[in-house]
Amino acid sequence: MTTTLETSETKLVTDLKEIATDVVRRAMKGGATAAECVVREGDEFSTVVRLGQVETLKESGSRAIGVRVFFGQRAASTYSSDFSAAGIERMLKSALELAKICSEDPHAGIPEAGKLGSLSGDLHLYHEDVYSLPGPERIEYARRAEKAALDADPRIKNSEGGSFDAATGRKVLANSHGFVGEYRRSYCSVAVVPIAQDANGLMQRDYWFSVARSLAKLDSAEKVGKEAARRTLRRLGARKVKTAHVPVVLDPMVASSMLEHIFEGVNGDSVYRGASFLAGKLGQKIAGVNVTVVDDGAMPGGFGTTPFDGEGIPTRRTVVIENGILKSYLLNTYTAKKLGLETTANASRGLAGTPGIGPGNYFLEPGTKAPNQIIAEIKNGLYVTEFLGHGANLVTGDYSRGASGMWIVNGELAYPVEEITVAGNLKEMFCNISEIGTDLEFRGSVASPTIRIDGLTVGGE
Amino acid sequence: MVIANQERFFFAHYGLTNHDLETYLAAALSAGGDYADLYFEYLTSTSLMVDESLLKSASQGISAGCGVRVVSGERTGYAYTDDLSPQRILHAARTAALIASAPSKTTVAGFQQKPARSLYPVALPSVDADITAKVELLMRADRTARGFDPRIKEVRASYADELRTILVAGSDGTFAEDSQPLARVNVSCIAKTDASSGRESSGRGTSGGGGRVALDFFFGDKTPEFFAKEAARQAILQLDAREAPAGDMEVVLGPGWPGVLLHEAVGHGLEADFNRKKTSAFAGLIGKRVASEKCTVVDNGTMPWRRGSLNVDDEGQPTQETVLIENGILKGYLSDKLSSKLMGLADTGNGRRESYEHIPMPRMTNTYMLAGQDDPGDIIRSVKNGVYAVNFGGGQVDITNGKFVFSASEAYLIENGQITAPIKGATLIGNGPDVLTRVSMVGNDLKLDEGVGTCGKDGQAVPVGVGIPTIKIDRLTVGGTAKRETGGFMQ
Repeated sequence: MTTTLETSETKLVTDLKEIATDVVRRAMKGGATAAECVVREGDEFSTVVRLGQVETLKESGSRAIGVRVFFGQRAASTYSSDFSAAGIERMLKSALELAKICSEDPHAGIPEAGKLGSLSGDLHLYHEDVYSLPGPERIEYARRAEKAALDADPRIKNSEGGSFDAATGRKVLANSHGFVGEYRRSYCSVAVVPIAQDANGLMQRDYWFSVARSLAKLDSAEKVGKEAARRTLRRLGARKVKTAHVPVVLDPMVASSMLEHIFEGVNGDSVYRGASFLAGKLGQKIAGVNVTVVDDGAMPGGFGTTPFDGEGIPTRRTVVIENGILKSYLLNTYTAKKLGLETTANASRGLAGTPGIGPGNYFLEPGTKAPNQIIAEIKNGLYVTEFLGHGANLVTGDYSRGASGMWIVNGELAYPVEEITVAGNLKEMFCNISEIGTDLEFRGSVASPTIRIDGLTVGGE
Repeated sequence: MVIANQERFFFAHYGLTNHDLETYLAAALSAGGDYADLYFEYLTSTSLMVDESLLKSASQGISAGCGVRVVSGERTGYAYTDDLSPQRILHAARTAALIASAPSKTTVAGFQQKPARSLYPVALPSVDADITAKVELLMRADRTARGFDPRIKEVRASYADELRTILVAGSDGTFAEDSQPLARVNVSCIAKTDASSGRESSGRGTSGGGGRVALDFFFGDKTPEFFAKEAARQAILQLDAREAPAGDMEVVLGPGWPGVLLHEAVGHGLEADFNRKKTSAFAGLIGKRVASEKCTVVDNGTMPWRRGSLNVDDEGQPTQETVLIENGILKGYLSDKLSSKLMGLADTGNGRRESYEHIPMPRMTNTYMLAGQDDPGDIIRSVKNGVYAVNFGGGQVDITNGKFVFSASEAYLIENGQITAPIKGATLIGNGPDVLTRVSMVGNDLKLDEGVGTCGKDGQAVPVGVGIPTIKIDRLTVGGTAKRETGGFMQ
């Protein structure tokens, strides 16, 4: 049985690689001067259990193929979900026709052959155990997680459900320099969204989750359910506060959004267009000396790890900010050429279009203070647990978002607050990160410890 | 390949027959279940981008697939395939069937196609139109934006279109086909002052529009020049923007896209699934006052050419105009098949999904407030100290506690009844079930947005429209940064 499975797996891998290299070969035969093909294949399982009953059960797989062709400095791309000979032929023909109408772009092209490659060794990205649980036990995982939240407190009377998800995916990339790379990744997660109601009938919702590449590393259903309940219950009775200028502490889940803003600011695509206030600031101080930000696409087992980037270049570790000094932008081949720099292997490739730029494992180095110590040092301030909306402008740095969380009084989380805003300018905010916690934990490819930022305006009554 | 408005598309191109549909539905109900449906989708799309005056990116794609849903009580089983061969569809049907556990039902016999509207009868869908004509539109946008002002330093113009051909067949005899075009032009600009001017400042502006229209739409009133000038104007305006005030104050919303307020503050909260599960802050408020009597809010999927419109929803139900709030009283919810059945309500034709890979759920179409009696100029003149917000980025809502935000990208101070200085972008935050109770004036100038909205819910994105006349909200929290001495709004 095992042997049969392995044989069929091996054959499948070969098939996808063969398809990709064949498409590249045919594109070159069709007159292209360079070509690149990506094939993606994946399957997913998801279930939601609400109030103890299965609400949805979804299970499926799909695959798709995309090609990018060049005529000299002109490039175009096409994609399809149709793997029939006719479907692939049509995709190729459209790409070759489309490229002819594109503009000559002196910086367009696939990477130089010498830069291509794939990290060797097991990066621990794929674990078969994500599907090892039989269907009924996956449902049971979700059910137990929700039950732990519902049992935690009588005020938790409703729920948007507990869920269990699993997925595996395979990606193959081939180009006309002879590069052929392939990797598989797995993923599983459990999440709960409880709803609590206070004596006045007012409701609050929050959530908690665990995510891992291996089922063995997933938190227990009970742990996730209890934490979801704790986060939801503490929001009951939330009130507005008066407009104030106070220290603001971001819990790790919301602090990671600050890392995303830095990412957007150092993204080569924003930098060469001047769409980032960090453009032209290499070597300059843009944050406090306590701030060191790293991107590492090669970290074994990471959520942002791949053996090669979207253009076939081996991933690596890049120090973005070191002790407050901007050390590197994050680049793909195109933006590196535009800026006269070297790529940092951050190309992200969808099925269509030109490659974008994406993070590997991207994080703020932890500090030395425990999160509760950071809170304990504040007499009057805001602890943010959720942001609403997308009010960050990387061109100007202007920042304004809806928020909810807890009000800090004399070093303690005193009462919940909501319907308030947090506003400032990112240029100053990066410099005003006055404390960084010890609690760095990856729950995705972008992660941050608890941070304190001074000088912000909290808008309320 | 031209596939415009072709009836029986899947019959012609995939050899599908009525008998096949019955066979697949029978397999879906082989383990019991109350209802099953099949959603066939064939999507072609084009995307073009001009950046630095070059056509740098051009892509085209095709995706096709079928989703099978089985409903059993409140339970939904779902599976899909991107291979439209009978074996794969049958496999998906049997997988979805696992949700139920009862004797098989074989009551599928014959399909009935309801008469549907023809809200977007394009002769030649944009995806099949001459691509060089689309490129020329973008080059015109690029030239116009760059020529608008020497301080415009960067311009990106993009064109995206698609044609979605669908077939929905249900075990209750539902049979519906539609061919849904969608096209959009978008322009974004960055403005910068010269370093020599002594004061470094920058701004960004975006504008765009379209709908379920053909390429010729962009040769009418809504030319690329129209969108380019608008994006450039916003970017230049930001160069002189002052700090926005912080705290509660009077807010006037301009007409059109600021209708995103309705989408976030009340629209999502009135989607039937949240109310069936009693997870919405609006649960149990039907017949109650949730807005001032000047407010009437509708969702209308039947507006010709509109981005949020559909002849039939993604469950095959014809769309309609649904009154959500009438003279301030909450009247109804937006429903799909599942929620209407479980709640005993009419199906309002709001069952939508992003693609064949997704389970349908209640979603908005075009959501707007009807025009009132007030003169927009009088509304501005009635405000002593406040904010006039005319353009927005996006918004977000917490359905359960009702708190919503929407982010103003173009706004001005109102001082003593006069619009004065432009202010920097700021988030506005409020509470859905009561924000509209503080609407004291409603303008006579209802306007719909230009056709740029995309709504996300549970990870599914669908195109929507919004609209609103000029309105005055007596108190709303503005999330600016201005200190007491500059704002004058702090308490």
